Amino acid sequence: MASNWYRLAYTKPYVLLKDGIWRKNSVISSALGICSALAVTNRLENGIAMGLSVIFVVMVASITTSAIREYIPLRLRMITFMVIISTFVITIDLFFQVYYTGISRALGPYLPLIITNCLIMGRCEAFAFKNPPNFSLVDALSHGLGYTFTLLVLSAVREVLAFGTLLNISVVGEAWTNWNVMAMAPGGFFLLAIIVMIVRTIQGDIEVTDTAPAEEAVNETA
Amino acid sequence: MGDTFNIFLASILTNNIALVYILGMCPAIGVSKSIRTAVGMGSAVIFVVTLTSVINWLIYNLFLIPTESEIIALMVFIITIAATVQFVEMLLEKYIPTLYMGFGVFLPLITVNCAVLGVTLFMVLREYTFTQTFFFALGSSVGFFLAITLVAGIREKLDNIGDIPKGLQGPGIVMIILGILALGFMGFEGMVAL
Repeated sequence: MASNWYRLAYTKPYVLLKDGIWRKNSVISSALGICSALAVTNRLENGIAMGLSVIFVVMVASITTSAIREYIPLRLRMITFMVIISTFVITIDLFFQVYYTGISRALGPYLPLIITNCLIMGRCEAFAFKNPPNFSLVDALSHGLGYTFTLLVLSAVREVLAFGTLLNISVVGEAWTNWNVMAMAPGGFFLLAIIVMIVRTIQGDIEVTDTAPAEEAVNETA
Repeated sequence: MGDTFNIFLASILTNNIALVYILGMCPAIGVSKSIRTAVGMGSAVIFVVTLTSVINWLIYNLFLIPTESEIIALMVFIITIAATVQFVEMLLEKYIPTLYMGFGVFLPLITVNCAVLGVTLFMVLREYTFTQTFFFALGSSVGFFLAITLVAGIREKLDNIGDIPKGLQGPGIVMIILGILALGFMGFEGMVAL
């Protein structure tokens, strides 16, 4: 497994950072990790908690995967990733249950659901499994940050529109009417679609790849 | 009986796992290009979700609670799901090859579908009994089937008539479709309560 043929062409840390945060932002350009990105972002504090948890889990999971990558059998890699990821998710879940009970209750099953967040699995599979730990760490950090930024934008806009507050402090005038729909699923979908549209239009020159690894797998066999 | 029927109906319509809880979005966006693939994915989800939730209920209530080891529940659930999927795949490949060909690549993909783990977690949070779990899992997966097939149908039509702005092509437009569907499903609110 020591050969380099599968190593990615670029190995400079800042390129990885830029890719993860902007050019290949997981939520926006690959539509990974959408479930949690939409389900928990009706308040900014939930968005922050979720983003930080994902950064933590994706970093430690990537570094662990990368460190033991030569011992993971190819056929069992999925289940190995899952065991690694779930270990850290249990840790973070207990941390929130003990220290931030309110947020833990608000996030409900979505915090444990970080296990099946496609973003983390995707990083383990696409990068950490093939690259040394130091690059994997940078890559994981950048994708985690990219995810968190998206979550912050989503949750800030949704909280202002839906409740007229920001971090539970009122930021709008008396005449404001709450947009209840923004707190629910449809608002999240529409807002994310708008963000995707804006970002893609700005990115412009980058060709629109029709994404999601699931689809690629389907197309390969079809 | 009325209670279980309520749960079944509510998990399809008012508490749809895809459109209200926003779970299982990766396949809903990735595998919803044509009705054929959507139906394949949807039926595989119905099969796996129902099976794994029941197995997870048994494991949680018969092993984890008596031994007070709920702390590792998450890991046990995810391993159960992965193992069940793998096992079902081998079983189908050997004994019912036609069904195996039908499910194709969808079975392994389901392991990372958040809806599967989500149903299990909801069942634990809400402390369902065995029958309730069965009907909740069945209803949720049928709801997922419904959502993904609807999205695929709309996408197929949209491919023929639509002139989608460049920035919205791909996942963007699917999110808008999902948003409109979610708005539609909000209309069921109040019909049945969970």
